[in-house]
Parts: sequence; structure tokens; C-alpha cells
Amino acid sequence: MDISTHKTHTGAPAPTPRPAASQRKHAARGATRLGDRVFLGLTRGSGILLLAIMVAIAGFLAYRASLAISKDHGNFLTTFEWNTGQQPPVFGIAVLAFGTVVSSIVAMVIAVPVAVAIALFLTHYAPRRLSGPISYVIDLLAAVPSIVYGLWGALILVPHMNGLFGWLNDYFGWTGVLSWEGGPPRSMLTVGILLAVMILPIITNVSREVFRQVPRMHEEAALALGATRWEVIRMSVLPFGRSGVISASMLGLGRALGETMAVATVLSPNFLIKASLLDPGGGTFAQNIASKFSEASEFGRDALIASGLVLFVITLLVNGAARMIIARRKEYSGANA
Amino acid sequence: MKLQRKNRRALALGALAVSGALALTACGSDDTGGKNNAGGGSTTASNSSVKCDDAKGQLLADGSSAQKNAIDAWVKEFSQACGVQINYKGGGSGAGITAFTQGQVAFAGSDSPLKPEEVTASQKICTDGGQGIDLPMVGGPIAVGYNLPGVDDLVLDAPTLAKIFDSKIKNWDDAAIKKLNPDAKLPNLKIQAFHRSDESGTTDNFTKYLKAAAPQNWKYEGGKAWQAKGGQAAPQSSGLAQQVKQTEGAIGYFELSYAKDMSTVAIDTGASAPVKATVENASKAIADAKIVGTGKDLSLELNYKTKAEGAYPMVLVTYEIVCDKGNKSDTLPATKAFLNYIAGEDGQKLLAQNDYAPIPDEIISKVRTTIEGLS
Repeated sequence: MDISTHKTHTGAPAPTPRPAASQRKHAARGATRLGDRVFLGLTRGSGILLLAIMVAIAGFLAYRASLAISKDHGNFLTTFEWNTGQQPPVFGIAVLAFGTVVSSIVAMVIAVPVAVAIALFLTHYAPRRLSGPISYVIDLLAAVPSIVYGLWGALILVPHMNGLFGWLNDYFGWTGVLSWEGGPPRSMLTVGILLAVMILPIITNVSREVFRQVPRMHEEAALALGATRWEVIRMSVLPFGRSGVISASMLGLGRALGETMAVATVLSPNFLIKASLLDPGGGTFAQNIASKFSEASEFGRDALIASGLVLFVITLLVNGAARMIIARRKEYSGANA
Repeated sequence: MKLQRKNRRALALGALAVSGALALTACGSDDTGGKNNAGGGSTTASNSSVKCDDAKGQLLADGSSAQKNAIDAWVKEFSQACGVQINYKGGGSGAGITAFTQGQVAFAGSDSPLKPEEVTASQKICTDGGQGIDLPMVGGPIAVGYNLPGVDDLVLDAPTLAKIFDSKIKNWDDAAIKKLNPDAKLPNLKIQAFHRSDESGTTDNFTKYLKAAAPQNWKYEGGKAWQAKGGQAAPQSSGLAQQVKQTEGAIGYFELSYAKDMSTVAIDTGASAPVKATVENASKAIADAKIVGTGKDLSLELNYKTKAEGAYPMVLVTYEIVCDKGNKSDTLPATKAFLNYIAGEDGQKLLAQNDYAPIPDEIISKVRTTIEGLS
């Protein structure tokens, strides 16, 4: 009936749970059984495959980009234009880089505090009966395709932003960053809000898991010292979860940087950099590629690929920065305490 | 512990079953009914006029999305009569020309004629020393739609349009607009000028018109990408029309079929009366065009400054691109039969029903002769 009973009856020596040192050495030196060898091959192959794919993508981007950039009659990094069809072609990524970074920052500023608050509520405040359904709803948010977010943004969010934009303009218009000339609110702020909704689930989910792993002893110790609930969170939960929250935010940032369809449907793009987040204009790498690709000539596509390469590099830098932050903070976090 | 192991195996099996089921459903939903094209009732054109010759098999084509609706209507009639499947992808003019010069499609649709380097590239595909040629097939007016409650018959001329789209005129009660519309009650409202955020043949033709008819006020080079700096943008004609519809004070340009339920601007061309954007008026303007293609190429140069009575100057002509010689022998009969049909009287008649403008007789008769000579 059961494997174990079968084994004991045939009298075969049951495998010892802890292999002797010599045996372990043997296993490490080389796989002997077929299953081991196949599994080793599979895992190693997957690792190599991943690297090969990354190298292939980078190589492809760099090659096609070099074709385009060598013929660019503007400065690829500082030109405020994207005219690949004219002779000579003039194009640059300044506006796109600015827009990509700005919209992502707006999204992070909105999403991270909310996500951390939701995660804390779910792990430390919400009754168990409530936290289950809420987690489920958050997971659902993550499953909505981005084009649906885009349609929702263009048809529902944009028409309902007028009130907020007017209010911001009345009270904070003097900053310049939040001034508004009127007109449809299809701007960087709207995009940022939409992106914030889109990256909320991933940040919330990862933060929730991190907060759940806070050692019970820490919290109880804090409580025993007379800390209130807020003080417990401040003294034991947040320090423990900090690096986790940072990596969660970076995951969200990665999605925000590369988001395409939602931005393309909501934003009213142009090739100007404006100080105001409320006036339409600007653009992002992914949005620009999506809207220009279908009608672009061979050369125009190379130029778009060149902009894709820059996005690739920015994403790598962001990920690298996140890893550095996490690595530096690791020793202070609760994980080693 | 043992129990756990057993569970894990069951879990693996379950996962396998689930993923298998997913793969199956993926396959299931992927089947696109090619037969649907052949179905569907015919409307007016009599199928008897479609000459199939020895057309058979399947045609692949790609290109301009501006003529996609026209091609779809033609394909429906043609495949019903001849049983030939034609798959026109409408991925954009650029994609169509690329596919053509790589030999992937029998013909391509394009909003603009082939450039010299594209002709050179096509010589690799067209054998027997042939090359790609442009056949004007579909015309269409570019309508300027606007959203201004209480104002129904707005009249504008080229310089005013250019200034509006270049953000030089910013308000609807501007003196220049008032002068053209003395009787209209123009509100004090900010103008929201919308343009395409993607590259488009519609933009190309619209700005070509502005540049030709108002050179003082439109200094940009032109091309498929919008080059003026200000204004609002939206992707695709449908997106643009949607924005104009929902934004008070908006104005934008798109093919006539997207301007169905909104007011459109009549153009003061210098003719005795302002000209409305209609199919007939567009055909009159195309009749004023010159054939500038050499050899068998029939690319047109439109006269944007036309002052002919009732000629609507803002038009777009899209081409079909084929090899003049050395088309692939397996697709040639079907291609020829299809082009013959669409350039024929019935094919061109079908255009007007779909908000496109037929190509005027003088030009289309040359197109027919050229199609007869394709090899």
C-alpha cells in the first residue's frame, strides 16, 4: 500500500537520513545515478540558457542600435526630437529617459507607502477572516492585463482627474511642478497614478511575506518592554523588513519602467520636457516604441531598438542599485540579529 | 515524512495535468477560422463580375492600415467568388514594405510610394529584372473633426489650420477664426489640437497639405511622425476620434469613416464655396493629381493647392505595391485577378460605401492597363 511498508518488507536497507561524510563527498564529486545526472544537466543547462539569452538580447540590441546611432545627426542623448523618417535623421532619448524616470518615481512615491501600509495591516492588524479576502483581491489586481489598465485609465481615470488637477493647481500651482493649463489630464501624473495601481500588488505581496517572517520573539520582547503596537512595528517589524521592502519596491519599479500599453493609451506624448506633471507631454521608452514601431522603416526600427537598449541599461542599473542597497543593509537587518 | 513524499508526487502529477490542460486550451483557442472570410452575405456588387481566371490558393499581404477596411470589403467579395483566401494584415505601411522587400507577401499596401532605396531592395525579390511599382488604388478624404457645442458649420482655411495645429492660435474666439465664420457663436474656449502619437500616413498627408497650402505658417519638414511641438496626442485614428469626441474644444484629423458622429471642418480653398469632407469631393481633388511615377510606376503627386470647385484638397491616396515583372509564379494569377477586381468598376464602386474615395477614371484606367501587363 505504501512505499515505506514495501521497502521494509523486502528488507532492503533503508537510506539513512544523514549520509556519512564520505558518501556526501561522493555525491558532490559527481552524479552517479541517472536521475542525478539528468537533474544536474537540467539545472546547469537552465542556468547557462538564462545567461545565453541575456547575452543574445544585449548583443542584438547593441548591434541594431549601433546601426542607427552612427547615422543620427542629432545627439542621441540630448536631442529633443524623434524624426527617423526625415533626411538626415535626427533623434534623441532625452525626453524619453526623463519621462520614464519621472513617471516611475511618481508611481513609487504613491505606491510604496500604500503597499507597506496594506502589508502591515494584513500581517499585524487585520483579523484573520479579513486578511484572506484582502490578499486575494490584491492578487487579482496583479492578474489584470496591462491593456485593461490602459483602457480603464483612458476611459475612466482620465475624465475623473479634472477635479484633482484643478485642486492641485489652485493650491500647489505656484510650485510649477503641479501647475495646470487646463485640457485633458492625460499627463505624467495620471500615468504615475495608473502605474502605482499596477505595481501595488507586487510590492504589497512581497512586503507582506517579509513582515510575516519577523521573529515572534522580537515582537514579544518589545511588547514585554511595554511597547505599544505601533512601537512594536517601528522597533522590530520595520527594521527587519527594510531590505525586503526595498527589493519589493525595486521589483515594482522594474515593472513601472517597462510598462508599455497602459502608458501608451493614457499619455498624450510629445517631445518636450515640461516642469509640470499635470500638463500633457513627455513620453517613455516603452510607450514610444509601441506607438512608433508599426509604421517605422527599417532604420526607424533600429532607432527604436537603440532606445530599447537604453531602457535595458537603466533597468540593469536600477537592479544593481537595489542589490547594493540590500547587500549593505543585510548585516543591520533583523535577519542576522 | 513518507506521506509527504507521496503528496509531492501527487502534486507533481497534478501540476502536469494542469499545465497539459492549459497547453490544450491554448491550442484550442488559437484556431482562427479562415473560412469566415468566405462567409457573410454579399452586399451590392454582383459576384459575376469578378473574373477569377486561374486564381487559386492563398495570398499573403501586409501594409497600410488606412486601407484595411477597403481591402477587407474587397476580400470578402473576391474570396466568395473565387475561393481564394487573402490574408491582409494591416500592420502598417512600413511593415508592409519590409515584408514585400523580403519576399514574404504577394503585394503590399502603402500610404506613400516606394522610396528609391526601397525600389532597389525590391529588385532582389522581383526576378527577370523587375522592380516594385506603386498602383494608386484607394483614395480617402482626411476629415478635420472638432468638438465645439453650438457651432456646426465651421469653416477654416489652410493658414488658420496650420496655426491651430502649431499652437499659434490658442483660443476658439481668435480673430482669424471669427473672420472665416462671421455668423458662428464662437466660445471663449481653449483649443485642444490633437495629433497622432504613432507614426502614420494620415499625419504624413495632412502635414503635406499644410506645408503645400500654407508654407508661411507650416515650417516643418513633414513625414509620418508629427513634428510640431505643442498640442495633445493619441494613438491610432480611433483613439484620436475618441479624444476629440470627449474633449470640449478639441480638433483633430482622421479618415472620414472615423468622423461619423461629429462635426467636420469645411475648407475654404479659394473656390466659390467652402468644401466639405466627402467622398465625392475627395475624388475631385484626386482628379487634379499628376502621375509622377516613371515606367510602370503610377505614383501620384497630389495638387494640395487645388481651387477647383468642390474639390476637397486634404486627401490621402494609398497604393498597392507589386513587382512589374518577376512576381512569384505561384501567387501571380491570384494577385492579378484580385488587383483586376479591385481596380475594376465594381471594386472601385465598393469604396464609396466604405467612406473611401474611388480613383478617378483617367488614372484608374492606366492602373488597369498596368495590371494586365504584370508578369
